Amino acid sequence: MPEFFPHAMPLAGFIGGLMIGVAAAIMLLGNGRIAGVSGMFARVLGLSEGGAPWMTALLFTAGLPLGAALAAADVDVEARFPTSLGLIAVAGLIVGIGTRLGAGCTSGHGVCGLSRLSPRSIVATGTFMATGIATVTLMRLAGVVS
Amino acid sequence: MRQSLLSLMSGTLFGAGLAVSGMIDPARVRAFLDVAGAWDPTLAFVMAGAILPMALAWLIVRRRSTPIVAEQFHTPATSPIDARLIGGAALFGIGWGLVGLCPGPAIAALAIQPAPALLLIAAMALGAAIHCFALTPRRSA
Repeated sequence: MPEFFPHAMPLAGFIGGLMIGVAAAIMLLGNGRIAGVSGMFARVLGLSEGGAPWMTALLFTAGLPLGAALAAADVDVEARFPTSLGLIAVAGLIVGIGTRLGAGCTSGHGVCGLSRLSPRSIVATGTFMATGIATVTLMRLAGVVS
Repeated sequence: MRQSLLSLMSGTLFGAGLAVSGMIDPARVRAFLDVAGAWDPTLAFVMAGAILPMALAWLIVRRRSTPIVAEQFHTPATSPIDARLIGGAALFGIGWGLVGLCPGPAIAALAIQPAPALLLIAAMALGAAIHCFALTPRRSA
């Protein structure tokens, strides 16, 4: 694998993925809830009808940076953001609207929905993967990414 | 209390997993979507790793009537595949491609790069508010 894709981290990716899956399984089997970040986030802000109890949503959401900080104490963790603040703001706005309209993001539809073989999640994941690839490819063609 | 503890455990393990797998690095995620460039398949390994335990969890859900510390399972109802689902997912993918982070990694990245992560999260919150107040069908009284 490394000779084909020099920057890939298949093992770290798989192990981190297992951690994510076990985390989502704890939420489902323990609390009976889907570990969908966009839904939990909207719930914390009081921007959703129904959903998980507020404290569940708050503690799950607060755990995300806590876990990242704990991991960063042991392994190198990079976060190479685009430099344009305008791009970050516009992207965040689109992600915020899109994930709520589509009722889920990579965690809810991608991890929790695909593993359940939910037709809605399969369609949603295929759609956001396709438009994500199209967006990056168009940016490459326009010379926005190197 | 037990629900709160499990929620914090789940979120913390989730955030740690995102960090270990390189998924809070926008450049790495964009490299997965960059199929015409220096493609980085790491995200596919992350998805495979995450789906395995969850597939097992769904099998267990089928054999249990209740979760361990709550009264009932709140699993999404089977709604139709409609324009909202596809339009929302399509929009989300565009934003995801632009910045390289989806909501989970954006929030987790607060611990690594607080300034750009906070901007991204604030914009996401504004988007969620626009959806809540302008794009949610009101129930007729």
